[in-house]
Amino acid sequence: MSVISVQDLTKRYPRATALDQLTVDVSPGVTGLVGANGAGKSTLIRILLGLTPATSGRAAVLGEDVVTNGERIRARVGYMPEHDCLPPDVSATEFVVHLARMSGLPPTAARERTADTLRHVGLYEERYRPIGGYSTGMKQRVKLAQALVHDPRLVLLDEPTNGLDPAGREDMLRLIRRVHTDFGISVLVTSHLLGELERISDHVVVIDAGRLLRSSSTSEFTQATRVMAVEATDGPGGTLPALGPALTRRLTAAGLRTRPAGQVLLVELTDDRTYDLIRDTVADLGLGLVRIEQRRHRIEEIFTTPAPGAAPAVPPDGAPPVPSPGVPGRHAAEEAADGQDRSRPGAG
Amino acid sequence: MARTGAGPVPASGAPPAPATAGGRRGVIHDIGYRHYDGPRLGRGYLLRSLFTNSLRAAYGLGRSARSKALPLLMLGVMCVTAVILVVVAIAARMQDLPLPYARYFTVMSTVIAIYLAAQAPQLVSRDLRFHVVPLYFSRPLSSAGYALAKFAGMAAALFVLVALPLLILYAGALLARMPAWEHTRELLGALAGVALLSLLLAGIGLVLAALTPRRGLGVASVIAVLVITYTIVGIVQGLAVDQGNLGAGGWFGLLSPFTLVDGAQVWAFGAETSAQIPPQGTFAGVVFLLVTLAGSAGSLALLALRYRRVAVS
Repeated sequence: MSVISVQDLTKRYPRATALDQLTVDVSPGVTGLVGANGAGKSTLIRILLGLTPATSGRAAVLGEDVVTNGERIRARVGYMPEHDCLPPDVSATEFVVHLARMSGLPPTAARERTADTLRHVGLYEERYRPIGGYSTGMKQRVKLAQALVHDPRLVLLDEPTNGLDPAGREDMLRLIRRVHTDFGISVLVTSHLLGELERISDHVVVIDAGRLLRSSSTSEFTQATRVMAVEATDGPGGTLPALGPALTRRLTAAGLRTRPAGQVLLVELTDDRTYDLIRDTVADLGLGLVRIEQRRHRIEEIFTTPAPGAAPAVPPDGAPPVPSPGVPGRHAAEEAADGQDRSRPGAG
Repeated sequence: MARTGAGPVPASGAPPAPATAGGRRGVIHDIGYRHYDGPRLGRGYLLRSLFTNSLRAAYGLGRSARSKALPLLMLGVMCVTAVILVVVAIAARMQDLPLPYARYFTVMSTVIAIYLAAQAPQLVSRDLRFHVVPLYFSRPLSSAGYALAKFAGMAAALFVLVALPLLILYAGALLARMPAWEHTRELLGALAGVALLSLLLAGIGLVLAALTPRRGLGVASVIAVLVITYTIVGIVQGLAVDQGNLGAGGWFGLLSPFTLVDGAQVWAFGAETSAQIPPQGTFAGVVFLLVTLAGSAGSLALLALRYRRVAVS
């Protein structure tokens, strides 16, 4: 059963078309909704909550029609807005208890669920202090907590990583993944950054200018390949990529296929002993091993795929995929370029 | 993913010893996520919860000490004045209270105006300014329900503000062994008038405050409207008294909420007037009462309309 079902949904404003004949089905799990700012993500969420009427088309959430059963939907769905929505002069506990009651939880249950939920999102002693003194990361957790406090079956998270520093972003993404894996709640999460959604989503929906660009499961285009990315340095604090010919030679001698790519060395995985071999070889050379990571296809590739319906780019048989230049630094670059990055997903 | 991947491996190549291999220390048991299977209450409960929350907010309860200061100070002024009147009445062995119950809100209108101007924005513009409104409207409560609960909360807070000193006066009157039946009757009539006043002022205050997310503007507009209308009525009725034109002068009482409710309760509950010219005749009295009720209902409708627009914007 799909948690969200949208058919031919169109939303026209006097001066713009926010959604244009959008048809998409969202299954239980974590679904990433990707699009540039203004692509129609927030409009879609407002329609799904039954807050804005669509110009034409139909939409159902948890099997309920958004036009006729908006109230029932809102009782079983949690919503985390993109912008600030927290008053500074109350504590997180006081605020979330109140909103739990506004979702219909009796007073005692509201208090218990608030304490539990704030703990699950990682707020402890500070939850008794006024929200005005919180960091951005803590505020985002309170916003997430209020969306989860009534134990919804689905949460709609609008740009939950906005304004967070890289560490806060990682924490939030991990938390969102847990909302599904540990809490059993389906998630629709929007972002204008593709990279961060590929790691936490089971399914990615890409919209551009209100139209569906692509909807497919993440595994379809980020299937794990039998290729490891190895990064090493020449000592603690060393910045030089120490992928000297020595490492390549030793690994090749051991019967592994390798290929340098930017700062990482791609090594084909033959069996489980490959991990040990890489580790021991790096250690023997006196290098510091930064990471061994399974290489995946990147969601970005779908934007470089000409036809929306075409299969994701698959590398030639047996050969490691060729990553775009600067791949290892991609996340950091994305995070730093947050502001300038917004138009990118629509570029395809 | 570098941060979440394996950390740098020591050059020696030995895998790091598991950190937990040592002694056992206190363990925090994470009981994990639990689903909620309990009841989910309906619209009535949501309205009651928001009403209670708004009433508490109108007195700064559950907020910082600073938020409590002004509303509690105003409540204090209202009550201490009543206590002083009682003490005077008892000390001077008066046969009646120095001020009738029904006239109390007009005499104290400045205090009431300051309270309303300060607290109406607390109830509505705060949610607008900090964008809390979407969190309400993404829940089952409708925008009309939100407006109704806020309106009721503000009206109840005003009722407490004005009715409490009347109860103090009443207790004092009984202590001074003034005629109990007569005082009970007067008190009940005055409380009905206070109810009318609370509904009207709550509506006016919230509509003005909800126009702007800026608290300062809300405060200024509420105080300006209340003070200016009251002053105009005072000046015009003063002139009318001088000219001996009571009929026309009486109608000007419609302009200020305080003289409007005063006129309504003079006709409806036989209260003693505080205005220079009360409404003249039955027809005028009926009009004053109807305008009071229409003003309350109309401002509630405007408030609901305002939030309907916020909800879909």
